[in-house]
Amino acid sequence: MTTTTTATRDSSGIRLFSWFLAKRLVQAAVVIAIVSVIVFLLLQALPGGPARGILGQQATDAQIAAFNHEQGFDLPLIQQYFNYVGQWLQGNLGRSFVMNTDVSSLIIQRLPKTLILALAAVGGALLVSIPLGMAQALRRNKVFDYVMTGLNFIVYSTPSFFLGLLLIMFFTQLLGWLPASAPQGDTVAQILSQPREMILPVLTSGLAGVATFSRYMRSSTIDNLHEDYVRTARAKGTPMNKVISRHVLRNSLTPVVTMLGYYLPVMFGGALVVEQLFNYPGMGLLFWNAAQTTDFPVLLGCVLVISVATVIGSLLADITQFILDPRARGGVK
Amino acid sequence: MSTATLSRTAPPKSPAARAAHEFFSNKLAVIGVVIVVALMVFSFIGPLLYQTEQVSTNLMQADLKPGEDGHPLGTDGLGYDVLGRLMIAGRTSILVGLAAGVLATILGTLWGSVAGYLGGWVDATMMRIVDAGIAIPGIFLLLVISAIVRPSEWMMVLIIGAVSWLVPARLTRAEALSLKSRDYVLAIKATGGSNSRAILRHIIPNTIGTVVVNATFQVADAILLIAYVSFLGMGLQPPATDWGAMLTDGISSVYSGAWWLIFPAGIAIVLIVSAFNFIGDGLRDMFDVRGQS
Repeated sequence: MTTTTTATRDSSGIRLFSWFLAKRLVQAAVVIAIVSVIVFLLLQALPGGPARGILGQQATDAQIAAFNHEQGFDLPLIQQYFNYVGQWLQGNLGRSFVMNTDVSSLIIQRLPKTLILALAAVGGALLVSIPLGMAQALRRNKVFDYVMTGLNFIVYSTPSFFLGLLLIMFFTQLLGWLPASAPQGDTVAQILSQPREMILPVLTSGLAGVATFSRYMRSSTIDNLHEDYVRTARAKGTPMNKVISRHVLRNSLTPVVTMLGYYLPVMFGGALVVEQLFNYPGMGLLFWNAAQTTDFPVLLGCVLVISVATVIGSLLADITQFILDPRARGGVK
Repeated sequence: MSTATLSRTAPPKSPAARAAHEFFSNKLAVIGVVIVVALMVFSFIGPLLYQTEQVSTNLMQADLKPGEDGHPLGTDGLGYDVLGRLMIAGRTSILVGLAAGVLATILGTLWGSVAGYLGGWVDATMMRIVDAGIAIPGIFLLLVISAIVRPSEWMMVLIIGAVSWLVPARLTRAEALSLKSRDYVLAIKATGGSNSRAILRHIIPNTIGTVVVNATFQVADAILLIAYVSFLGMGLQPPATDWGAMLTDGISSVYSGAWWLIFPAGIAIVLIVSAFNFIGDGLRDMFDVRGQS
């Protein structure tokens, strides 16, 4: 009897999950398709069209016409769009006309370095902000909470390049402890072999993360402290610190874990600024250099890759939330 | 805490007075208002009282220390008076931030309320466009657009507005979705009222709490975004400037010890952005809006 009910519930759970997954995957595909249209339209919006963008300002009209014909830019827009998508699907993002290299190989070379910086920053930020947010929630509206909330607000309102500058002034100029320039090198191994150079870039992007994550952790802990299960556990005589370490911590982490998926665009945006400030050879610096030289294939290739990563990130976040938080399943039906 | 306040003082009469009471009992929000007003007076009225040359450079007067030759905050590498420059830079940061924040809010509110009210495939299409927009981080799009057209102040407002309307659109859409099944909205439909009447007269006014709170955060974010764009070298054309551009110019003097080229502009940004965030937080308590950060 009991087994049948469990079995039915399980299979309906799986059906619910498959339905949710299918719906979300279709949505993600539609969103990526719209992103590709936006990137295509940006390419069309270049002054003089993509030919001028790729051949440069010195190209003659005849060269441009020849190039347009050769590349199929004189075809109807719809057909051009599908040609592009075909290329993108094969991993061909075009050629940088400044560096004369495949955009995809440039990105493959730079992206891991940005991910290392981001992972170190996000990981460090989580290690600090999870206990910090919980401590604030447990001392809600006490002096400690006010001071930390105020500090978080200030860090959150500080442009990261100002934050980085302050760190350089303090740790490099005043104390002389840390170098102000990031690790250099072509390979990931070279980057990793210069940990001292890594500290300031990681600290700069990590601090901004602490400000965001600890706010989330604080409010989700506060919400959970008011849940019935806390009262029940307390009424049954469980000591408060056990309730917190066993139940509240786990449940409060759900929104933070979910948020990590949505944090990708913030992370890439932050990388853009931090890499420029410290001259760290990641994807952000690649993008920035391309903006200086109006290297549009690189700019648009980066935008495409980052956007697809963002869509996948939020897809994973939604799936994680669906699995971890039963309440999120209500909205599916 | 609120019960204690109520027992001591008589409850204010009108809802507006009660809301004002709620807002002004939030100390940080009041500090936020004071900071915003002070910085606006500084940036808009300041240049009338303290007139300086901010268009032509004057290399004879370059790199003066604070207090030298009648320059309270010194001069920069081009001879601009830093205090005066701080004022006109503030004017740009505040004006562009406010205008872009308001533009984003109006666009987002209209988009979101239409999507939520109409529902069905219109809603699905409109919201997937929002999802796609959110997937492209604003700062990247801003740089691509700035690489195509070097922005003027109003161009900057348009571009920042164009990358920032997505979040208010999502928030308003969620509100509109729940409002459209309320009796008073259904009554409009039943009596043959038009969709635009329902949206403009009933849906949007009822989302006002969410909209106003978010608008405040939008302004804060817009001011930060301008600073980032300037830092990335795609900001306004000199001699126009904003606090982000001033701070960026100051970075090169970090080793020369010219603190007056770094701290005034940097602190001004932190102050104005925190202030708008404080005000947004206070308004959120006042309107009792949940789920915004």
